[in-house]
Amino acid sequence: MKIQLRIAALAIALSAAAGTAGAHNLWLLPSSTVLSKADWITVDAAVSNDLFFFNHRPLSLEHLVVTAPDGSTVAPENAASGKLRSVFDLDLKQSGTYRIAVLNEGVFARWKDKTSGQAKRARGTPESIAGQIPADAQEVEVTQSAGRVETFVTVGKPSQLKPGGKGLELVTLSNPTDLVKGEKASFALQIDGQPAHELEVTVTPGNSRYRDSLNEIKTKTDAKGVFSITWPQAGMYWLEATARDNKTSQPRAKERRLSYAATLEVMP
Amino acid sequence: MQVRYSLTLAALCGAPALAASLSVSIEVPRLSVAEYHRPYVAAWVERADQSVAGTLALWYDTRTKGNAEGEGTKWLKDLRQWWRRTGRELSLPIDGVSGATRPAGTHAINVNEGSVALPKLEPGAYKLYVEAVREVGGREIVNSPFQWPPAKAATSSIAGHTELGEVKLGLTP
Repeated sequence: MKIQLRIAALAIALSAAAGTAGAHNLWLLPSSTVLSKADWITVDAAVSNDLFFFNHRPLSLEHLVVTAPDGSTVAPENAASGKLRSVFDLDLKQSGTYRIAVLNEGVFARWKDKTSGQAKRARGTPESIAGQIPADAQEVEVTQSAGRVETFVTVGKPSQLKPGGKGLELVTLSNPTDLVKGEKASFALQIDGQPAHELEVTVTPGNSRYRDSLNEIKTKTDAKGVFSITWPQAGMYWLEATARDNKTSQPRAKERRLSYAATLEVMP
Repeated sequence: MQVRYSLTLAALCGAPALAASLSVSIEVPRLSVAEYHRPYVAAWVERADQSVAGTLALWYDTRTKGNAEGEGTKWLKDLRQWWRRTGRELSLPIDGVSGATRPAGTHAINVNEGSVALPKLEPGAYKLYVEAVREVGGREIVNSPFQWPPAKAATSSIAGHTELGEVKLGLTP
């Protein structure tokens, strides 16, 4: 019983740590990505393996940032988190392209307790983690993580999106709400504003419950961080990329794990 | 100077008489369905590079209940190709172009070159597009290529299958 509990605790700790590292898919699902005029939309946010079915856990909206075309921030309304999904409404008043993003930043530490030799884990922020690790801890390993989960919605005519220059980000060379079956769209990935070259990008069509294979499209960014995708069919897609480096902001963290995910709609 | 003057004069006098015209006839099919709403329809002309030369007609719910653009503007994005190619750039309504939805039957549009709907066209290859989308129904788009200016009067016909009936394009030099 005790062992079972410990395993359960370990599993929870692991899944929490892996939350941004891709154990499950993190996604946002907007009710519309193209609107003719100012209107409301609603967005589902969940963590699950099946795209886009909420059957595992809700995605925390604690770090939700919605950016309007003019760069101002839009406050979500009716935000709620259930057992399987989170949901929020957005009143999109401006014309142009909105960026809806959930930013997960954290620090994960593991060590061995000096007296008992037991493996211990903690999760916190770059500021808090030092206080969470005992001074006499052995074999301390600290990892920083920065994840971005996004989707985009356009009212009227699409507008340019500006990357923030922090973490792993998508540079939208093609507007992410102007995607059509059979057409080629180009994007770039960047890390802290610099091109992320030779990075693998995976694009998975939604409705994965209703087919036997994932049908992932895998591609790589070129020397300038650019990649392109020709959409095989209409529907919702989930784009993902991950990277690792050692540019940590927490002095004890040796590694930084970066992840990016976006939900994109392709029209017939 | 004199030559230029006379040329300008010729252009001024001659232009209206020489303006070629384009006529489109669109058949909205009679459908036997439980819930019928008249389709939203857009007709437009594209250049060879897919840029839009002009929207000839746009039929949508133009009733204004506190919305000067018309109630139906919310659903104009569903005329997907028209919306992407030009619709989202326009501000509505457009005099002589946009209007209310039409009942089942054949409707004719006549457009002169140089009008609001169809600005002066460079000689070359063009395509007429007609797109229809219906609430609780489907979407259909047809196109017909043509050369401009037309050498002689000509008519061509395209058959729609679901949301459109026969679409006829007539060219008059």
